[in-house]
Amino acid sequence: MSTIAPTAPAPDRTPSSPRSEDSRLKAILGRWETLILALIALVFLIGSGISSEFLTGESLTTGSSDFTEYAILALPLTLIIATGEIDLSVASVLALSSALMGYLWNQGLPMEGIIPICLVAGALCGLLNGWLVTGLGLPSLAVTIGTLALFRGLAFVILGDESVTSFPTGYTDWAFGNFAGTVVPNTIVLFLVLAAVFAVVLHRTPFGRAIFAIGANREAARFSGLRVNRIQLRLFILSGVIAALAGILLTLRNSTAAGNVGEGFELTAIAAVVLGGVSIFGGTGTIGGVLLALILLGGIQKALNLDPDISTYWVNIVFGILLIGSVLGPNLAARVREARRINSRGTRPPRPGRSAAPQSGPGGEGNSNA
Amino acid sequence: MRDSRFMRVLALLFAVVLGAAVITGCGSTKDDEESGSASSGSTAAETTAADSSATIKKGLNVVVMPKQLGNPYEELEDKGTVAAIEETGGTAKIQGPTDAAASSQVSLLRSITQQKPDAIVLAANDPNAVVPVLKQAQQRGIKVVTQDSDSAPEGRQIFINQATTQSIGEQLAKQALETAGSAGGEVAVLSATANAPNQNAWIKIMQTELKKPEYSKIKLVKVAYGDDDDQKSFQQAQGLLSAYPNLKSIVSPTTVGIAAAARYVSDSKYKGKVAVTGLGTPNQMRKFVKDGTVAQFALWNPEDVGYLGGYAAAALASDVITGKQGESFKAGKLGTKTIGENGEIVLGPPTTFTTDNIDKFDF
Amino acid sequence: MSTPTTSPAPAGPGGLAPKIAAEEEARVSAGRRFIDRLIRARELGLLVVLALIVIVTGVIEPNFLDADSLKQTVLNVAIIAVMTAGMTLVIVTRNIDLSVGSILGLSAFVCGDFLTKNPDVPWPVGVVIAVVIGAACGLLNGVLVTWGRVPALVVTLGTMYALRGVAFLVTDGRQINAEDLPDSFLTAGSGDLLGIPTLIVVALLVIALFWFVARDYAWGRQLYAIGSSGRSGGQAAKLAGLKSDRRVTQAFVISGALAGLGGAMFAARYGTVDATAGQGYELRVIGAAVVGGVAIAGGSGSVLGAALGAVVLGTIQTALIVLKIDDFWQQAIVGLLIIVAIALDRLIAKQSEALLRQRSARRRTAA
Repeated sequence: MSTIAPTAPAPDRTPSSPRSEDSRLKAILGRWETLILALIALVFLIGSGISSEFLTGESLTTGSSDFTEYAILALPLTLIIATGEIDLSVASVLALSSALMGYLWNQGLPMEGIIPICLVAGALCGLLNGWLVTGLGLPSLAVTIGTLALFRGLAFVILGDESVTSFPTGYTDWAFGNFAGTVVPNTIVLFLVLAAVFAVVLHRTPFGRAIFAIGANREAARFSGLRVNRIQLRLFILSGVIAALAGILLTLRNSTAAGNVGEGFELTAIAAVVLGGVSIFGGTGTIGGVLLALILLGGIQKALNLDPDISTYWVNIVFGILLIGSVLGPNLAARVREARRINSRGTRPPRPGRSAAPQSGPGGEGNSNA
Repeated sequence: MRDSRFMRVLALLFAVVLGAAVITGCGSTKDDEESGSASSGSTAAETTAADSSATIKKGLNVVVMPKQLGNPYEELEDKGTVAAIEETGGTAKIQGPTDAAASSQVSLLRSITQQKPDAIVLAANDPNAVVPVLKQAQQRGIKVVTQDSDSAPEGRQIFINQATTQSIGEQLAKQALETAGSAGGEVAVLSATANAPNQNAWIKIMQTELKKPEYSKIKLVKVAYGDDDDQKSFQQAQGLLSAYPNLKSIVSPTTVGIAAAARYVSDSKYKGKVAVTGLGTPNQMRKFVKDGTVAQFALWNPEDVGYLGGYAAAALASDVITGKQGESFKAGKLGTKTIGENGEIVLGPPTTFTTDNIDKFDF
Repeated sequence: MSTPTTSPAPAGPGGLAPKIAAEEEARVSAGRRFIDRLIRARELGLLVVLALIVIVTGVIEPNFLDADSLKQTVLNVAIIAVMTAGMTLVIVTRNIDLSVGSILGLSAFVCGDFLTKNPDVPWPVGVVIAVVIGAACGLLNGVLVTWGRVPALVVTLGTMYALRGVAFLVTDGRQINAEDLPDSFLTAGSGDLLGIPTLIVVALLVIALFWFVARDYAWGRQLYAIGSSGRSGGQAAKLAGLKSDRRVTQAFVISGALAGLGGAMFAARYGTVDATAGQGYELRVIGAAVVGGVAIAGGSGSVLGAALGAVVLGTIQTALIVLKIDDFWQQAIVGLLIIVAIALDRLIAKQSEALLRQRSARRRTAA
């Protein structure tokens, strides 16, 4: 393990820039989160200008609970993306879990039995994804596009055109309620606990270091003795379980189980992960950054929704621009920086980083979506 | 040192982009709102509203929520609601989700509740998911009217039903019988999504209806789902005709489905042999009625549904009514309407469109 | 397209080249030929699968086989197949384009709106507008990916969101109905050309063009080289970075333009267009390409195979309906097919790699 630790957390937003001066890069990473924080401040400023309702406890309650499922899905996705893989099927697992929950409740099972069954079903979905990726060596992007359709289809097979609504109020009230008299929803407290666990695992354990090592260089990680496949299989199973949990929460929060819930959730969750500073090629990222990105996206959605004059499609446009900008901005900044450095050093020959650029650019970056 | 300056520049850049997006967002939508209101309601306000809404408060603030933005049928309904509210001297804003998911509607409704409008007029994507947030809205004194697609009764005070579920189901059964020909035969239903509450309720009534002796010659062979997606519906229509060679009629209780089925049949060898019927808008179906593919179809006027919803919301918010059975109020050009069982107001039986009358309608 | 100057893989053996290089060249081109044969085998395999589906479905439900039904089945696929051709070019460069559905929606509406408002303008102008809008969106994607060095998955996820938002903005709740559109346009969409439906002719032309260009022209081979260089650490492609960037951008422009063309075809065929047109098409298109043997990791797959993939998926969907299989199973079956297709690919690739190694070993010992 000790051989990997120094190379693993390469906190570099820009794959094309040279990897050097570790402390400097750490500082940039720090600044990435500072940047998101600044954006959050800006959104809150604009938001409170839009509506006096924005900076209230109620906005915190409603805005955060609306983001529960995106936030929860983003946690395992952060880990998977940090290894350079992707899981597009999370929202379909969520729907499958919801449909299964409705079906089993109709069959008369108690909630105490249903919830574990749903989590196990999620684990099985993750196991299938993970086996296809690690066992057969298939690209996760293609696999999870397939399972995205498969799991969603199975959700419809299980529950058909029904939607089940008669869940026990004890559970639905909990999912809809706030934590111990505060303005924080119960589901968000659960998320925060999960986020803390994920943060510790990713940033403070050998398992977390292994994740970054795999993302930074899969082959090197393998040669240094890491069981790459086993780790990835576990991550996919974890993703399945957590997605199933999100499905249970969504079902209880809306007191409705149906096969069509959560369509497109995977995209918002991935957007949050990328915006949070996790490189889509793997190797870098922090749970804290993802948390901030979720706050930013949630804040934007809340602010835009509070103004009846702003149509909802602006949320889509702003999310899209932010998503691209979150990677484009640092890349451009790195380029400008590099150009200046070359200028200031006069006749210095082109840096190796530049000539390597095409490789790490469009089609390049060895472990992109393979 | 230099790096931090770049990051600051970058932050500024983001701020500008974001700020610009938000500002243009406000700007353009406001413009749309104004031009929309100018064309739809202002002339009517002076002529009809003055007498019929004597007890209705001026300046009511109402939010209208469709199932999904960009859905043309819903847009027509919302146009009616906005027109009605403007006739009463209030303002109505349309705010809806960009997808037809229940959770998106719930999240928006929570924000709307915070805006504290006088009333919300809503077409629900899911009858139960919206109930908790609607209850919360009512606790704050916001009146809730559902139209077109109901929530569970505890979520709203009044539901504007385009026609009773029973009558639509009966109508669909009758259409099946009339279009299948005197000898009867096989019919199929081409519905919207598998989870669509309206369509599922209508089809259930239709199926019960078909068990009656007068429908003994009609056999419903399949309920297919086109997901309200043009291409999928088209493909489903094609599949139905291949799978059931003796099919006499396709009944599609959704505007997307009927148009797709009609287009398929009109361009195939089945034209004239297989009938298409169901619920559709005249503008979408005119072509197929004229070329003989479709003999008859039905629909209520969606603008009237919305219009009635608008007046009901205004009457509720002005305390003219409370939503109890038997109360009545004046609904502009639609005349006096009385609240029925379960807080429902039924607009009336749907209009049946044929070659004779289709040119009289433009929606 | 600009005239290509270097062609990496299939370049003829240079007479002055050192012996080792020539050997290497021969080995590479032998490998290339072998892979080409494999791809052809893939296309054959798809044709066999297609034939099986058609025959089995036809035996159970003879109606499926009548000319009308088959024509409609192929027509359903035409739009997806056209978009799949563009997607193939993007995927072989080891990129992906998730924005095609949104591009289709935007261009279909603008094209329909233009023709509705200008009924006197000949309809091909509307088609050109749709293609240009698509190409512009593709250019945006391409520039962000190459010049901005933003991963394609991120770029096109972003533009998928943003362009759908723009489509909502442009439509502003309106819908275009068949009766608003000029008859000539709708006739072009549902009519025949030399006895073949126009849309199928368009699809065939597009597929043939890009299949040919991607297979036989240096320009096309460069796309493959870019894609496989990502995998093998940049040894195969000796392209300068600038040129590689240009090729990738061009692939995105073509993908966008074909999505725009798909939009025009959508408007002409369905006549009904609103802001949600084409939602979810990106997954259908990528699914078709994957089933058609285009490796998501770049560097391999053919436009023809991808188009056949689209036909197979479309035919299966229709066949499931005809066979009266419960609607709820359809999506699950399509998902399963995608997984089976890529898993099969993998197994075949593994075997062929072993074969290749054997062959080159034999050649080396012979020499």
